[in-house]
Amino acid sequence: MVKYIVKRLIYMIPVLLGVAFLISIILYLTPGDPASVILSSQATDAMRDAWRQERGLNDPFLLQYIHFIGGIVLHWDWGTSYVNGLSVTGDVMLRFPNTFLLACLTTVIAIIIGILLGVFTAKHQNTWLDTTFSVVGMIGISMPQFWLGMLLIIWFGLNLQWFPIAGFDGPKYWVLPSVALGVQNAAILMRFTRTSVLECMRQDYVRTARAKGQVERVITWHHIVRNALIPIITTVGALFGGALGMAMILEQVFSINGLGRLMVEAIAMRNYPIIRASVMLLAASYSFIYLALDLLYAAVDPRIKTDFENQSAGPRRARVSRKGAAHA
Amino acid sequence: MPDQTIAVRQPDETVIVKQRSMFRQILARLVRNRSAMIGFCLLMIIVVLCLLAPVIAPQGFNAQNISAKFQPPSLKYPCGTDNLGRDIFVRILYGGRISLLIGVVSTLFSAAIGIVIGLFAGYRGGSTDNVAMRIIDIVMSIPAILLAITIAAALGTGVNSAIIAIGIASIPIFARLTRAPIIQVKNEEYIEAARAISASQFRIMFRHLLPNILSPLIVQITINVALSIMLAAGLSFLGMGVQPPNPEWGAIITSAKVYIIDHSYMVTMPGIAMALTVISLNLFGDGLRDCLDPRLKI
Repeated sequence: MVKYIVKRLIYMIPVLLGVAFLISIILYLTPGDPASVILSSQATDAMRDAWRQERGLNDPFLLQYIHFIGGIVLHWDWGTSYVNGLSVTGDVMLRFPNTFLLACLTTVIAIIIGILLGVFTAKHQNTWLDTTFSVVGMIGISMPQFWLGMLLIIWFGLNLQWFPIAGFDGPKYWVLPSVALGVQNAAILMRFTRTSVLECMRQDYVRTARAKGQVERVITWHHIVRNALIPIITTVGALFGGALGMAMILEQVFSINGLGRLMVEAIAMRNYPIIRASVMLLAASYSFIYLALDLLYAAVDPRIKTDFENQSAGPRRARVSRKGAAHA
Repeated sequence: MPDQTIAVRQPDETVIVKQRSMFRQILARLVRNRSAMIGFCLLMIIVVLCLLAPVIAPQGFNAQNISAKFQPPSLKYPCGTDNLGRDIFVRILYGGRISLLIGVVSTLFSAAIGIVIGLFAGYRGGSTDNVAMRIIDIVMSIPAILLAITIAAALGTGVNSAIIAIGIASIPIFARLTRAPIIQVKNEEYIEAARAISASQFRIMFRHLLPNILSPLIVQITINVALSIMLAAGLSFLGMGVQPPNPEWGAIITSAKVYIIDHSYMVTMPGIAMALTVISLNLFGDGLRDCLDPRLKI
């Protein structure tokens, strides 16, 4: 097991190097000169050129890339913000917790509502309850999150005045953004849970459990749901990754000081080091979540654990199909 | 595919069993599928309304009437008017043309590239597969919206760059969705047979492999159009997509958010239009999935 984890961690290195390469090349190809955005209009061409020279922007692409990677590897230096001249790690780490918290809250809401409703609708398959929740779920999937966020602001923020509509300073502030982001994920998860539970309900061991007189509650949660969890966990991983990304838009709606707002500002200012560091951080957290989920599979399903121990290799996520990716 | 007729001779009568083509079978199932039909009809209504926008409202989406600004929804203005007295319903109709265009074109773009990558990776295997999938892994570890934002920042604002940015962000899904079944199908006997009669690699990939793995891809294409429309709206909301006064749905919502306190219909109406479109696509996609692959139907 440890061997497997180490292997997966090592595999993460080329992926993150690749992400760094991809984002560097996109930024390299981005038109617009940071020097003319950031320096005042009085700056002469020579001053701009010196400014660019100082930050290595005149170097060829590969050299810039090697400098960037080298800085991280040798000095843990992620670059210096063009705007305030400070290391970007300060700015990024100040904002990241908000984004991460929002994504976590969203996922928790999605897991609680989505899995409960999914199991419930599966148990009541083809009744009016099932139909009603299917329709509600379809509507939930189809509402753009930032629009739902604005609706929540209108209803619960402005009309009822139950919750504050801007900021992210305490549990009261967390409600609206995480619900706005969580509804869609909950609906997606509900549909997956329903399908997965329905598949498991037809298995022989469920009939056996019933035949031996097992209590229905234990059959549902122990026999059915536990076996139905595997595809659900995959979906949760994809949803969390999606939530990290979509949080950027919700931060704009609710004026949350998160990574998303930082990035939007940075893109406007052509503040490349901030963009690079933010993307790298999000990609890294995404990869770690996937690793954590793969380990969770092993905890849920002992069969997979033996698989891990036997082969302990192979490309990641190869075995478990990513059904959730379709909706992420 | 032409219909085939098979005559089955029985002792005292001749029964003509008409074997219907696969396409017709699926079509017949689709027509009977409630969710697919509701979705299809809704989608057609929306598409026709959007296409007829210049007929319904020949004055165009930017016609202003300052004396009638901030009118709440009424019979004359079904969705109200905005801060410049522009009819929001008309703007939604014209905006639908842009939103649907972005959704469809970016999906076709990513499907075309993703499927080709998936075909090559799955069929060739070995190092082609390894390299392609590692690149896909890299792209996938960046959340789609984040990738779209950075690409849109590089390409600049506008419809075309939104299409490319969103298209690139969805390539990995199509590549993975194509590759996974190919690895199973490519060892089937009919592929071996095709290889035995020395069919070219392209012929095998596009004539023999692709039709057999098409079902999940068609469903994904339908759903991806919906996702792309929402992603495009998100891009506009961040100021990186289509810019106002162009009436892309996300752009309409974005320019209305200043008036959210007193004139909330300016935000809700375009959002309802977008949600209805996405619902219709999702319903149709769901129905299509049930019809194309009855095994998946629960």
